[in-house]
Amino acid sequence: MKEILSTVDNWLAEGKRVAIARVIGVEQSGPRDPGATMAVSEDGEVAGSVSGGCVEGAVVTEALEVLATGVARRCSFGYSDDQAFAVGLTCGGTVHLLVEPLDW
Amino acid sequence: MSGEIYQELRHSLLSGEPVGLVLVTRVADEVAALTPLASKLLVRPGATVLGTLGEPELDRVASRDALAMLERGVSGTRHYGSRGEARREEIEVFVESFVSPPKLIIFGAVDFSRALVDVAKVLGFVVTVCDARPVFATRARFPKADEVVVDWPDRYLEQVGPSLGPRDAVCVLTHDTKFDVPAIIGALATNVGYLGAMGSRRTHDKRWERLLEAGASEDDLRARLMSPIGLDVGARTPEETAVSICAEIIAVRSGRAQGAMTPLRDGSGPIH
Repeated sequence: MKEILSTVDNWLAEGKRVAIARVIGVEQSGPRDPGATMAVSEDGEVAGSVSGGCVEGAVVTEALEVLATGVARRCSFGYSDDQAFAVGLTCGGTVHLLVEPLDW
Repeated sequence: MSGEIYQELRHSLLSGEPVGLVLVTRVADEVAALTPLASKLLVRPGATVLGTLGEPELDRVASRDALAMLERGVSGTRHYGSRGEARREEIEVFVESFVSPPKLIIFGAVDFSRALVDVAKVLGFVVTVCDARPVFATRARFPKADEVVVDWPDRYLEQVGPSLGPRDAVCVLTHDTKFDVPAIIGALATNVGYLGAMGSRRTHDKRWERLLEAGASEDDLRARLMSPIGLDVGARTPEETAVSICAEIIAVRSGRAQGAMTPLRDGSGPIH
């Protein structure tokens, strides 16, 4: 989380709203451990990461929805053959995230 | 916009003070009104708990557990009943422990040490170089070290040894048994997670004898001392050797330093 602080500070100083996505669980294989954090500004800017780049795009969408509704949500990204076009981890694992507005 | 919990978390992270965050990550429908998703607590040793999970008894139990996890430097998921009961599942929390960065102590102010300082800093270690010889142990020779100490290894370890833990590392690079042996004996008396000593096979064999003579237990040495230090990547230069040592520190910490280390290409099984 420390690595995203200075960027988040800049966004807050500019008066932007910010969402935080945090890895809260990994099943089987996952590129980032629980605790990995990504911040998304209301303009869609990104700091940090929650995977090896596999799901960050989808997390931005989730984060912007969270900022729009103001309500935290849990979401998971995995991989299965029948979801070949869905967003997932290419490594075969599942990553669970909590996405929330930074209003605390 | 951001509030007190974020500000205090930010302050602790930037100052390197230990801090734990309890985050509600799943909650049964019937208790979600009291304990909403993403409710949180911030715990710090010796300081007031910030935030609430919506129920005083749950706050008490969760903050107690989070402080215990912070002390051990571990993060993870826990489950509670709506009032903090054990063996219940209504509430799932993720407890994240933010602890101070790991420490690396390098004994021996040699060229290999300078390269090891550089690589260890990339990995986030707080690095101390210690050597009894003041002409070598200078700030100018180790500009990236967090600390350069002129002292004997055993005396220095008596002072800082109790603060070393499983995430920390000691590398003995002096090549000189009169420094090596007391450094290794001193490090074995600590809980340091990684202990390595540089030297050729011949140096290693002679040092092993000296260590046994000095009272080290053979079981301890076999279990804990990585000597000759480093993974066998064919390193020659100080910089390459530093990479080999740091790779070994990672391998020991992740429990992969058993048996032959092979390229991932030639292995099987999960990578993460």
